[in-house]
Amino acid sequence: MHSPVITIEQLSKRYKLGQLGGPTMLREALVNVFRRPLRRPLKPDQFLWALRDVSFDVPAGEILGVIGRNGSGKSTLLKILSKITRPTSGMTRVTGRVASLLEVGTGFHEELTGRENIYLSGTILGMAKKRIDAKLEEIIAFAGIEQFIDTPIKRYSSGMTMRLGFSVAAHLEAEILLVDEVLAVGDGEFQRKCLQTMSEIRGVGRTVLFVSHNLAAVENLCTRAIWLDNGLLRGNGRPKEIIREYMSTFGDARAGEVALDHVLTRRGSGEVRFSRIEFLTMDRRRTQAIASGDGLVIRLRYNARCRIERPVFGLEIYTNLGTLVTQIHTYNSGVDVHPIGPGDGYVDVELPDLNLAPGRYYVSLYLTSLGYVFYDVVDHCAIFDVDPSCRYGLNRALKGDAIMCLPCNWVISDHPV
Amino acid sequence: MNHYDWVREGWAYRDVYYLFAWRDTKLRYKQTILGVIWAILQPFLTMVLFTVVFGRIVGVPTDGIPYPVFYYAALLPWMYFSSTVGQSGLSLVSNARLITKVYFPRSALPVAPALSGLVDLGIGTLILIAMMAYYGLHPTWKLLLWPILVFMLASLSCTVGMVLAALNVRYRDVKHAVPFLLQLWLFATPIVYPANIIPAHLRPLAYLNPLTGIVSAFRSVSVPNQDIDWPSLCISTLIIMVFLVVSIAYFSKAEETLSDII
Repeated sequence: MHSPVITIEQLSKRYKLGQLGGPTMLREALVNVFRRPLRRPLKPDQFLWALRDVSFDVPAGEILGVIGRNGSGKSTLLKILSKITRPTSGMTRVTGRVASLLEVGTGFHEELTGRENIYLSGTILGMAKKRIDAKLEEIIAFAGIEQFIDTPIKRYSSGMTMRLGFSVAAHLEAEILLVDEVLAVGDGEFQRKCLQTMSEIRGVGRTVLFVSHNLAAVENLCTRAIWLDNGLLRGNGRPKEIIREYMSTFGDARAGEVALDHVLTRRGSGEVRFSRIEFLTMDRRRTQAIASGDGLVIRLRYNARCRIERPVFGLEIYTNLGTLVTQIHTYNSGVDVHPIGPGDGYVDVELPDLNLAPGRYYVSLYLTSLGYVFYDVVDHCAIFDVDPSCRYGLNRALKGDAIMCLPCNWVISDHPV
Repeated sequence: MNHYDWVREGWAYRDVYYLFAWRDTKLRYKQTILGVIWAILQPFLTMVLFTVVFGRIVGVPTDGIPYPVFYYAALLPWMYFSSTVGQSGLSLVSNARLITKVYFPRSALPVAPALSGLVDLGIGTLILIAMMAYYGLHPTWKLLLWPILVFMLASLSCTVGMVLAALNVRYRDVKHAVPFLLQLWLFATPIVYPANIIPAHLRPLAYLNPLTGIVSAFRSVSVPNQDIDWPSLCISTLIIMVFLVVSIAYFSKAEETLSDII
């Protein structure tokens, strides 16, 4: 076993909530000097523990996946390791050069050209100018933007900017890479390239900390995973096991419905919110047992605080290892939803032939406008189990990890060729 | 982190300081019609304005120094100081995103304007030399002091800029106070008037302003027959040293919580 290059001992980080522990205007600060006797002491509940007593080691060469819900402390962990913020207590020891990639294209300025931005971003991320000189051609070629290298990047497409940013990152010569959600953005081609580079790193022997919501990527790339939940370390072990454990905390399977009003880990502006998700049969009876090939209706109930002109309803189905199986939304189905709200309502998604393999599946919901306004996003909010069915012959010998049952016909030839 | 480590870390990251200065310079002259000519035009037009208003109309005494040289020699350091402090003061807030995404010594942001401003100052100096030649003012040994004065001026601008930048993150109304502060400072410094007309009882107060010594020295260096006010320059040097220690102490403390509150 390699000796650890990252050691973390009882790491805690506390943020002050609300007023940030003091006035934000000089004017108020001056006034407060005279009012000091009247100032109330800070209440203990005005603090938020982003991390609490987290300890673990990372040996050299390991690709460690960090998973957990939004606000569980994943990003705070990376920020502490990259020295962006300081821990409230505890200790971290990092041996080797660290490069933190908390976004693609760190430090890019859109008035500057691609070439100038390579120097800008490379230097900020810790590369010496000489090294950038030496690698410049390689970086440009990897990004595939030779013709545009002397054009200001404000004229680039977002994909080009991202490729350039990632190319700089991929050429950093750090022993330790801290990567946050880089893969959550970009088109499919770009994501594939990122993943490929990440798996190449594995061979080079660099140590990587990889924070992601893309559980499939964590499973495929990481040699180990840790799971953070509300700032606490809940799991540390083989990625597959940790991901299963993590996924099992979402929702309540087999209830046939899940109330969503009180889900706190959601994003979005909140003009309209999902209030409940229900699983129904095609004749709209509540169901708890769904078999492969059966029809399924997913009813999304919502509560709108105001009128929403052109809502887009969407849902995603994930396997219990976090692989995205399908993404369905009213826009790609070609359905124009008429204006909704204010008030309650629901939409039904009919899936007449649910040809998923038996297993456990997770549903994420989102409600957006056509103009990229996210009203409500609730990740992994409900679970349904798919049972084997006779229709696909799945009650016979099954192998665990398949996702789909493609309808098929076997044609067996009686005659030898 | 003690001061020594703080400075040493800054040295290790010197590429980043240089880089931000380079970026600011590039950006300043990109997409402007006149480009580098702005660096010449701005102090020059201000000099013309001051010459007309304070020279010809008010009639400020200059001990025989031609008005254009008198004003230009003082406006060069002043404009460097005010634009550096103005930019430095906003540098942390306007790069908030960067601060929360990557680590580098935070002082690189407020220090960079002081470095990129040297380009303008250099161009302005060439103009000043041309003006001295035009008015027949022969350069003397005093011109050797020029780089030292520039160094003092840059140090002073950095200290003020760093403190304002850090304050600006903590208190968002500081940015409204900065232009006013600079305006006060302009009149508190012997720029529109010569230092020797300050009444004796106000002189100790004027000496406490570190810019007094520097700006007067810039003027004395440019003309042959005026002596440098050494006591004033020494006091300025001392005050700048105190400012350096205080601003590094304050900034390195503020730096710790910067990314959490920005």
